[in-house]
Amino acid sequence: MSTDAPAPVKKTNRLNLDVTSYRGSKTTLCAGCGHNAISERIIDAFFEMGVDPKRVIKLSGIGCSSKSPAYFLNPSHGFNSVHGRMPSVATGAMLANQSLLAIGVSGDGDSGAIGIGQFVHSMRRNLPLIYIIEDNGCYGLTKGQFSPTADLGSKAKNGVVNDLPPIDMCALAVELGASFVARSFSGDKKQLLSILKAAIAHRGTSMIDVISPCVTFNDHEGSTKSYAYVKDHEEPLSEISFVPYFEDISVDYEPGAATQVKMHDGSHLTLRKIAEDYNPSDKITAMRLMHESLRRGEFATGVIYIEPDKDDFLTTLNLVPEPLAFLSQSRVRPSKAVLDQLMDSLT
Amino acid sequence: MRKYRMDPETGKATFAIVQAEDEISSLGMVIGASWAGARAMTSTSGPGISLMSEFAGLAYYAEIPAVIFDIQRVGPSTGLPTRTAQGDVLCAALNSHGDTRHVVLLPASAEECFDMSVAAFDLSERLQTPVFVLSDLDLGMNNWMSKPFTYPDKPFDRGKVLDEEKLKAIEAWGRYKDVDGDGVPWRSLPGTGMPAYFTRGSGHNAMAQYSEKPDDYVKNVDRLARKFDTARTLVPAPVVQRDEKASIGIIAYGSSHWAVEESRDQLREEGELATSYLRLRGYPFTPELDDFIRRHDRIYVVEQNRDAQMLSLLRMDTDPTQMARLRSVLHYNGLPIDARSITDSILAQEKVG
Repeated sequence: MSTDAPAPVKKTNRLNLDVTSYRGSKTTLCAGCGHNAISERIIDAFFEMGVDPKRVIKLSGIGCSSKSPAYFLNPSHGFNSVHGRMPSVATGAMLANQSLLAIGVSGDGDSGAIGIGQFVHSMRRNLPLIYIIEDNGCYGLTKGQFSPTADLGSKAKNGVVNDLPPIDMCALAVELGASFVARSFSGDKKQLLSILKAAIAHRGTSMIDVISPCVTFNDHEGSTKSYAYVKDHEEPLSEISFVPYFEDISVDYEPGAATQVKMHDGSHLTLRKIAEDYNPSDKITAMRLMHESLRRGEFATGVIYIEPDKDDFLTTLNLVPEPLAFLSQSRVRPSKAVLDQLMDSLT
Repeated sequence: MRKYRMDPETGKATFAIVQAEDEISSLGMVIGASWAGARAMTSTSGPGISLMSEFAGLAYYAEIPAVIFDIQRVGPSTGLPTRTAQGDVLCAALNSHGDTRHVVLLPASAEECFDMSVAAFDLSERLQTPVFVLSDLDLGMNNWMSKPFTYPDKPFDRGKVLDEEKLKAIEAWGRYKDVDGDGVPWRSLPGTGMPAYFTRGSGHNAMAQYSEKPDDYVKNVDRLARKFDTARTLVPAPVVQRDEKASIGIIAYGSSHWAVEESRDQLREEGELATSYLRLRGYPFTPELDDFIRRHDRIYVVEQNRDAQMLSLLRMDTDPTQMARLRSVLHYNGLPIDARSITDSILAQEKVG
């Protein structure tokens, strides 16, 4: 006999959307790939933040990481561009329509090698863009050759030892002007989710380097980007809690125990001290931290640098508030009188 | 721009100008902006065109508008960077790897540069494809007398952009579906509430899904070829000056025009040679061209490059049985082409028979 148990209430967010509105197509990446876990966290973050997926654009370059925008936010427009050139496409799209929320997914090869020029200049411009690097230290789509973020001395699956020093994408981003820089680990669900939510609240470039082990080519003994190695060497800087502006929750900490950051949209980011005092609003502290953790062979994770009030690129360009893409002809084509006057001035 | 394109009420810009780090990025930005629904352009010269080729192929295959001005100078490589040529014809028309064809506009004067800028945006959005405007250093950097520019008499053509009404009219919209039979699909813009799709430079079917199926690929690129035929009906038609007595025709384009005009006078006066003249203004080629070739015994294609690039393009695209009629007048020393060189070359070739 059946019982009359009530159907479970569907969980919806502040837009009355359930999480299925934030899902994507089925992944074609390897089972256990860190990138899939990151896609899951992206889905959770956009769902929990109640972002309208129709307002989101998701962009990428080429590589395993760059396939992943197909695996989240199906109702959003997606753009899988060319190798290493996601930033320029994102720049153009945001210039055309600044009411969009852009998330770019790249990889360590896509951003650290072929695309380093575009990475550098997009950081410099502080374009409003959530820039995720799914960092596995290798080219997983072409048999796992070392990428520029592979650590010195890290061993490839075929036994070859990497003899070049790594590029620290977070250090570069801080140096170049990104206003929100974080590092996380695909296996650290809670931390990554908080960082992603804070990135959604931030206006400016949020560069998030997520260590995301490649289960097929870079998950063995001797690799410094394997699950086992990263779990052992992850050093969270602080315990992150994020309270969005639309939730009325206040969190109290003992004075000195936590750093509170008010985000651009009014949300609050609280960074609770774990071991030592870390001030993410100081560039020099951030640079020292990254150099020291590299020397120790550790991954310092968490919010490394944040500057919530820095002008983003669109503010610098002094654009009208409406999307440039949808301005009427009368506002963008000067009148006949203007042309005639200009012609007269040349005679 | 600051004078004419600031919002009078807010003092804010209705435009964005970005100095990109390189030409790869500049075309990337143009593509991103066009994809999101804005009109965007970039200008460069030959080396920049070379750098842009990967993105140009993406815009062709993913069907994104982009307007690219190429102020041609002398190549190959850095070449003679302060000198003029028409050496990027093939490079623009066939830019990028794989089977790609681009719409090319060929202005011959300052006022035509203005008119074709307007046309380039309309064509690019109508056809959802890159449009190259080939000016050159002579036209772009030297002082020219010009007629006053004419104010555009048509409103913008924003092309096939999906809205609520159209969405209802199309049964099961797909980004790359040929709804109207002209090869040009309907696109949706992000942020408008219209259905999303995934833009990619990899193989895709009519619904914009990833596909490596042979049928999907063939259907898609054949539709792109059909779209190029539609372009043929939309690009600026050539300007034809026909002399009914003439058995000789001249084909030229761009800044060569002025020297050709003068040369036709010289040919008439010095060699008693009457000539007809067709000035090309766009690619793909339009039917007027075939007709012009058939009507003349010998046709001289005048251009400012070593390898007869426009003639090569004609060989690829027009009736092969007519090709024996075509000859070349080539000028490629970095200086603007002059009437005397054209006249001497045609007279010499006519003497040989």
